[in-house]
Amino acid sequence: MQAFTRIEAVAVPMRDADIDTDQVLPARFMHKPRENYGQYCFHDLRIDASTTRERPGFVLNQPEFREASVIVAGPNFGCGSSREQAVHTLKDFGFRALLSTGFGDIFFNNCVKNGVLPVRLPAQFIARLFDALEHAPGAHVAVDLYAQSVSAPDGSTASFAIDPFQKDALLQGTDEIDFTLGLAREIDLYEARHGLTRR
Amino acid sequence: MTDPSTHLETLFDKLWRNHVVHEREDGHTLLYIDRHYLGDDLPRDTFDLLARKQLRVRQPEATVAMADHYASTHGSTLADIVDDDRRSLVQKLIHFTSDQGVPMFALDDPRHGIVHVTGPEQGLSLPGMTIVCGDSHTATHGAFGAFAFGIGSSEVSHVLATQTLWQKRPATMRVQVDGTLADGVTAKDLILWLISRIGVAGAVGHVIEYAGSAIVALSMEGRMTLCNMSIEAGARAGLIAPDDKTFEYLRGRPFAPAGALWDNQIEVWKGLRSDPGARFDRAFVFDVTEVAPMVSWGTSPEETSAIDARVPNPADIDDPQRADRLQRALDYMDLAAGTRLLGLAIDRVFIGSCTNGRLEDLRLAAQVAYGRYTTVPAIVVPGSRAVKLAAEAEGLDRIFMDAGFEWREPGCSMCLAINGDEGLSGERCASTTNRNFVGRQGRGVRTHLMNPGMAAAAAIEGCIVDYRELLHDASVHTN
Repeated sequence: MQAFTRIEAVAVPMRDADIDTDQVLPARFMHKPRENYGQYCFHDLRIDASTTRERPGFVLNQPEFREASVIVAGPNFGCGSSREQAVHTLKDFGFRALLSTGFGDIFFNNCVKNGVLPVRLPAQFIARLFDALEHAPGAHVAVDLYAQSVSAPDGSTASFAIDPFQKDALLQGTDEIDFTLGLAREIDLYEARHGLTRR
Repeated sequence: MTDPSTHLETLFDKLWRNHVVHEREDGHTLLYIDRHYLGDDLPRDTFDLLARKQLRVRQPEATVAMADHYASTHGSTLADIVDDDRRSLVQKLIHFTSDQGVPMFALDDPRHGIVHVTGPEQGLSLPGMTIVCGDSHTATHGAFGAFAFGIGSSEVSHVLATQTLWQKRPATMRVQVDGTLADGVTAKDLILWLISRIGVAGAVGHVIEYAGSAIVALSMEGRMTLCNMSIEAGARAGLIAPDDKTFEYLRGRPFAPAGALWDNQIEVWKGLRSDPGARFDRAFVFDVTEVAPMVSWGTSPEETSAIDARVPNPADIDDPQRADRLQRALDYMDLAAGTRLLGLAIDRVFIGSCTNGRLEDLRLAAQVAYGRYTTVPAIVVPGSRAVKLAAEAEGLDRIFMDAGFEWREPGCSMCLAINGDEGLSGERCASTTNRNFVGRQGRGVRTHLMNPGMAAAAAIEGCIVDYRELLHDASVHTN
């Protein structure tokens, strides 16, 4: 897995609550091979169905946000379907960090497994970020996983909590299966205790 | 002095404790997984990962596969799948499972179906288990007193290789539901009603345990419908303590324990309940006496109202962000504020899915369809082949076909519209599924969630009606 340490990048504001993974990746693209997979990201919001051209009203189509690597999102981002392809398309589109007051549980875990950092922040700080990014489109936000802090364009900062296990995994790009197989003896013992045999 | 209540455990606490393989100081826990269902809609490289690492599936017998999302509802062979791309995904699942010795119910197998319908009806989902699947509606199996939750595809690979998952302990939420559901009000209406109150993010980070007289009264099918949509309130999982109804449902199922083993298990399963006085992180108490059939009108499952309600007005909402979100939902749904749900014209009807594709659901829809005729395209997709065969044995297929419904092969079908079954842009669809997200049933399709009787009635009348007026026998069990 790709490690995550620190980024400073353009952040795009998406104020809506409850942006579900069907919006991030419409289901009809789930079976596509992971080649140029970023093209499906927010597809139906970005691309007009009848003209097949970009919808100018959508925030990611505005020139200031085209290089964005951070999303500042409304509450409960990534709710709904467990499709990990939603994280694949976000990552391939160029996103590495997502900031919100909260995320869908499965989506949150899927992000961590793919080196995309989901950051839970207080509502007040998210509101400040929205205002800053709308006031100065294209402004940068810094996300530092080592320090567990986020810096807004005006220089104000907020710290965030993250599970130490997930922090280590992200910082080091740990392969979780290899890590767990290091505990194979304990899995063997659990299975032996419960009379579970292996072929 | 120690608080005696700290020794009391919730049902979830017991399930968790029984599955701990390794616990880190930071609380992250390696949990053992008893049952793993494999579907066909995972990213293409999910199974390649094991080959790259030269790993085998650790417990092939704990794993069961079926191709539900891409299964055609027009036939039961690979050739029926809508295109080569999607056929290749199902073929990949077939090759992987056969190579690894993982049981798979083939498309033409009498046991084939949606994992969340087939698993329980085959007795593969049992009380006390940890159950996972790369699908958010895995919460369904919590109806049996199992800790069942959806996972991503990286976690699918991890479970295949290690039979375990790293988990941070979720919080617990008790949802006590008292009272008696009125005639014609189903488990689907109950869960839509609960979500409209708890909210789509209301249970994030929590495992819900449902309890109370209205839950005890539900059939196992109804309990599955309820737990199935726990994810739509954001919950990690939904749970119901097993009782005699659970045991009766499971008795004699093909993969359920039998003989002396069964008797032993029953004794163990009877202990799977929250100790009186056990502490939950959050608790709700509801009375459901007044719940009516529910219909969603927006683009989030919490945007749901009773059948006699009107669509809300964004002007009544103070928060401009929420008002704007609501206005866009109404724009997408092509609904003006204040519109009555009753009488809203429908273009298409879908009856099926892991939420409402079981025999009891089809019986309710057939009760409405009997002797009438559809006015809009309507399809019935049983949740599994076992459901299909049982429905045919009762003659439900004839009732549906005589009424103009299409009677199809089992699968997920129009719940997420990736098997070729989908609505057309601009159509309004009455659907017994679980999500009314933008584009969920096809780009531009407008989904209204409701119970199977309501959907059948919409197919007959061509608009949303209170189906209770069409029920032939209101005394029929409809929970």
